[in-house]
Amino acid sequence: MTDQNELVKLSATEMAAKLRAKEISSRDLVAAELDVIDAAEPSIKAFLKVAGEAALEQADAFDDLSDDEKAELPELAGVPIAIKDMIVTKGIETTAASRILEGWVPPYDATVIEKLKAAHMPILGKTNLDEFAQGSSTEHSAFQRTSNPWDVERVPGGSGGGSAAAVGAFEAPLALGTDTGGSIRQPGALTGTVGVKPTYGGVSRFGAIAMASSLDQIGPVSRTVLDSALLQEIIGGHDRRDSTSIPEGPRPMVAAARDGLNNRDLKGMKVGLVKELNGDGFQPGVEARFHEAVKKLEAMGAEVVEVSCPHFKYALGAYYIIMPSEVSSNLARYDGMRYGLRVMPPEDVPQTAANMMAYTREAGFGDEVKRRIILGTYALSAGYYDAWYGSAQKVRTLIIDDFRKAFEQADVLVSPTSPSTAFKFGEKMDDPLAMYMNDIATIPANLAGVPAMSIPAGLSDDGLPVGFQFIAPQQRDEVMYKPAAALEAALEEDWNGPIWRSLRTPWLDGLNK
Amino acid sequence: MHLGDLARIALTDEEITRMQSELNVIAESINSVQEVATDDVPPTANPVPLEAYLRPDVPVKPLDQSEVLAAAPATEDGMFVAPQILGEE
Repeated sequence: MTDQNELVKLSATEMAAKLRAKEISSRDLVAAELDVIDAAEPSIKAFLKVAGEAALEQADAFDDLSDDEKAELPELAGVPIAIKDMIVTKGIETTAASRILEGWVPPYDATVIEKLKAAHMPILGKTNLDEFAQGSSTEHSAFQRTSNPWDVERVPGGSGGGSAAAVGAFEAPLALGTDTGGSIRQPGALTGTVGVKPTYGGVSRFGAIAMASSLDQIGPVSRTVLDSALLQEIIGGHDRRDSTSIPEGPRPMVAAARDGLNNRDLKGMKVGLVKELNGDGFQPGVEARFHEAVKKLEAMGAEVVEVSCPHFKYALGAYYIIMPSEVSSNLARYDGMRYGLRVMPPEDVPQTAANMMAYTREAGFGDEVKRRIILGTYALSAGYYDAWYGSAQKVRTLIIDDFRKAFEQADVLVSPTSPSTAFKFGEKMDDPLAMYMNDIATIPANLAGVPAMSIPAGLSDDGLPVGFQFIAPQQRDEVMYKPAAALEAALEEDWNGPIWRSLRTPWLDGLNK
Repeated sequence: MHLGDLARIALTDEEITRMQSELNVIAESINSVQEVATDDVPPTANPVPLEAYLRPDVPVKPLDQSEVLAAAPATEDGMFVAPQILGEE
């Protein structure tokens, strides 16, 4: 049998190839990942719930299929995956990392989970996040602190820090995340992994716990660009249970990624460097890796032009009006009536439904969630609606217009994903504005509904990963996959292997007994 | 305090004090959106313009009553039990 530590370091695509060649079984893969989870979790804490038994059963169900049946399935069939605990899974506790949902076992699956099950991809468990996906460090989880595999004293980013850390630490080859302002891409950048936010409406949101509905999008987390392409083609496509779902099939992303990977030819492609998304406020080490990567794109034949998006400087303001407004509305459903926590008021307070709700929500929600609900309630209240929410929606139009003009000059836009590398625990917890600045480069894509992804660009002076962001036009997700795969291949040639060659993995020591 | 009532969260005094100063800082920083939100700019609600369409009228099986009630804090005779709806005031 293959060395177990070698097995878990394979890409999902390579694992799938070994499955098809019958060198390994899906059970081998799931068992190997469960061993890594056992060994890694004491220090990484990426998972809120491990569903080992169910995953092994799902693996056996795949292994028992006939060759003909397997041939009908997507390429990643039999490869295991971890799920951000913001996506509902029938029979597996789903909490959004909030006390208010602690112990809730959903009676149904999200559409993306149905698709993964149809593809026979075993589900390893549920990963940690900032409570209701609200944060950029995963420190706002009500249950535990997830560590960055590159330095366990640092955050993995957020909100999807659990999914990114699990994939980065080899606890899973793939994961799903949700991205409202950068919650897939920024953790990708901070953990040296790949994270993709598809076009808004490209992947069904049915069963994704709603945070800010006009911004939320489910997307892939992986260690390679091709793995994300394969996963996005599985989870994407129309779903009549999501009224914002685009009535089209997934884009040809796998073909684009393979083209980039195999040919590394970007002649004729115009790459737009967004003037407003680098320079001031970005760490020098982040800037340096970013510009070196841009040179690589040029060396493969791409023409680099500078584009200006003058309204991006208002994006953070618009986001912090629209997002909390939608949060305050969406989280109104947690009322202690039908599921989740119920806390009755103290004896001296009237035992009414309204008071029960107020005490339930006071006990069930954490600081950041309360802050955003209150901010959103304020923004939507009489007298402020036009000045705040109305203005923010107008800024959204201006940002969409900036993108339209930029895509007249360039096929794909690029920027650093995050202004800094992974920061230490506690560093930004008492300063909400400093925490919000993490998402300065990722938020515009959510406001405009365009697809974007982060791939590793190398290590900064501090030895921590830097993320490189590609942004493509709406419903043209494949356009970013080609240069991303080509850049990944070119960089890995320089590094003599993937970025994780430089990662120390003490939790894997002693696993091959 | 009033916002806490509107949002149905029984905030503590300490939370109200802390949140006031935090929200003032945040409010200042997001006020800038008004600089460019002039009358001639139309608002955007959904970034991907889709025609509203009707789904095919095909019946599907909903969740069983027992599945719907399974996670409820209190149930009785196949129904959710809520505290009294009307207050004293």
